Amino acid sequence: MNKRKITVAVTGLNNIDSPGPVIPVIRGLKESETIDVRIVGLSYETLEPGIYMHNLVDKVYQLPLPTAGSTVLKERLKYIASQEKIDVLIPNFDAELHNFIKIQEDLKSELNIATFLPSQAIFDERQKSELGKFGEKYGVKVPESHMINQVLEIRKLEETMSYPLVIKGRYYDAYIALSYEQASSYFYKVVAKWGYPVIVQEFVTGTEVNVTAIGDGKGNCIGAVAMRKMYITDKGKAWSGISLEDDELMKISRKIIENSQWRGGCELEFIKTKKDEYYLLEMNPRFPAWVYLANGCGQNHPEALVKMALGEEVQPFADYQSGKMFIRYSYDQIVDISEFQQISTMGER
Amino acid sequence: MRIRKNIAISENGFIFNPLTGDSFSVNETGIFIIQKLKNGESEETIIRNFMDEYELDTYTAEKDLNDFLSMLQNYQLITNE
Repeated sequence: MNKRKITVAVTGLNNIDSPGPVIPVIRGLKESETIDVRIVGLSYETLEPGIYMHNLVDKVYQLPLPTAGSTVLKERLKYIASQEKIDVLIPNFDAELHNFIKIQEDLKSELNIATFLPSQAIFDERQKSELGKFGEKYGVKVPESHMINQVLEIRKLEETMSYPLVIKGRYYDAYIALSYEQASSYFYKVVAKWGYPVIVQEFVTGTEVNVTAIGDGKGNCIGAVAMRKMYITDKGKAWSGISLEDDELMKISRKIIENSQWRGGCELEFIKTKKDEYYLLEMNPRFPAWVYLANGCGQNHPEALVKMALGEEVQPFADYQSGKMFIRYSYDQIVDISEFQQISTMGER
Repeated sequence: MRIRKNIAISENGFIFNPLTGDSFSVNETGIFIIQKLKNGESEETIIRNFMDEYELDTYTAEKDLNDFLSMLQNYQLITNE
């Protein structure tokens, strides 16, 4: 079968012990049976391992950090588009999505680069700080959450909430605090790294279960695979996990994707309590780092996303295999300094 | 007592629960009981077979079977339905 050749740009080439989804996304795309994908990697730092993975990433360009804003990002993408014919662009980091959502129309009209992102309104709805309203709107249980900007606000919350409390950053990081002293210390730690506001969340006891899912933006859930972490690193990242067969979890996940009309990939993080209740802890607006497990279970989500970005109709996946595991490993690449020099000085390789 | 739907049991005693992602290994006696449960046999029949197979008195057979069943229940491997 002749595969159609297309070029896909993917952002964030990190694959460290707090891995991003990009390498699994690339692997999914490379394993497509219908499209032959050339990968343009868009990196933020010169030591991101993906920059040097020649078997997966065909060309690399550096991007300005998300804090530089959407205008600078657009300028850089204009240059890249003058060098490469990019058909689809997949952003992979929470912190950069705001910029990409902002310029998604311009990317299509001016540079003919397709994306498959949610609208700003739907993106904002599932922000960690808005989780309570999100749960209410879409009929899903969520832990009680409050956004705070001052450490003293924890004292006020103590009147209605009891320890342990979860102290979370607006994008990443979560700490379990057993006392006010711990909570205030975590508050400052989170502020130093992620800024304001800080989220204070009720601690729900149970087993963490996660779902990687993809929606078509028209109220259809195209695919969803559930996973339980089996080995967690000291950063709380899944180093191995196993796919589950949980009808109730699938039902809740599909309901969220369908009712929110989610467009693109996402990760739903739940706690399953001993009473078999599911609490949504977070909805991350991009594929998780373990999205390749979905591919291993029979659902190639990155491929489905690219096809939808190109305007094709994609039929929802009917099922997937449970009992499939992913087990990560670290791997040393030997790189000549000239390659590092190339990306450091020229911003591309 | 019945083995829950979709529980995978291999011949060498490896059990996988796709609902929770848990996996277990049981010994020969465990496989013996689980196979009987899977075949839908009653507790009385299992106790009788258990006594015959391992030359046990009623008290020991009942006690060991109940211990094992409560463990299976705790790990969500069986239901009362």
